[in-house]
Amino acid sequence: MDVAVFTVCAVMVLSGAFGVLLARNPVHAALFLVQSVFGVAVLFLLLEATFLAAVQVIVYAGAIVILFLFVIMLLGVDRVDDLDVEPIAGQRPLAIVIGAGILGTTLTALLVAVGGPTGAPTANAPLGDAGDNAKRLGEVLFTDYVFAVELTALLLTVAVVGAVVLVRRLRGPLQPLPVEAMASEPESPESTGPDGEDGETGPGGDA
Amino acid sequence: MEVTVAWYLTLGAVLFTLGAVGLLVRRNPLVMFMCVELMLNAVNLTFVSLGDALGDLSGQVSVFFVLVVAAAEVVVGLGIIVAIMRRRAGATADDLSVLRG
Repeated sequence: MDVAVFTVCAVMVLSGAFGVLLARNPVHAALFLVQSVFGVAVLFLLLEATFLAAVQVIVYAGAIVILFLFVIMLLGVDRVDDLDVEPIAGQRPLAIVIGAGILGTTLTALLVAVGGPTGAPTANAPLGDAGDNAKRLGEVLFTDYVFAVELTALLLTVAVVGAVVLVRRLRGPLQPLPVEAMASEPESPESTGPDGEDGETGPGGDA
Repeated sequence: MEVTVAWYLTLGAVLFTLGAVGLLVRRNPLVMFMCVELMLNAVNLTFVSLGDALGDLSGQVSVFFVLVVAAAEVVVGLGIIVAIMRRRAGATADDLSVLRG
């Protein structure tokens, strides 16, 4: 039974990954990513990490991929990539060689050197069964790792503020590129544009 | 036959490699980002399977933090991509060559 579930999930994960790799349309790539992520979530269930399986579906499929799709739709970049052109000569053979190298080193490090994981489990965080996985994870997170949890709160706040600052539309006309600004600088350093408060900005200010 | 930890580790390694190759090959910055997500997923799978093999919850705790960092990274990265795409519609990773003086 386990073998069957693992095989199906492995096929699902890897075919999804190949889909992301080979899809010409970014929307299709995002949907293949969902497939791959779902496969990983089922594998988490097989490993009795029930809480993480749920979080994986909610965060990846529910939040991250939706964010990708929103950006694709918002920017209108869902045009089809032409995968036949190879912009840098030798890029793909080199990528395959590098990929083979990564695969070889990771497999060697993970499998060949030792016959499996070594070391002793920590005394204060034994793995429970699937039923109380969420409870145990919560207990460990808010006792041993409470400082890291606080740091993630800070990290998420910084990320949200950063995203708002990055995608904010500036009022007034678009500022010139630095090259143009330097070219027009010598006569009047400060007046780089009409500097209207609000005016011919078009769709600006309503995002 | 039984599913051992080596199976999961092999699957994680292959998935990581696919993500890395995609990051190197694709030019659309959004698809490159998706390949980074694939690599993060591979590492998550490795963490959970090793934690399961050792009977330790710390692997799952690590995955929890990886998920948080992935979410923050996607938010900031997509913000940067949106800011770039507004200035240069249809920008690809190869447009870095514009920076050559």
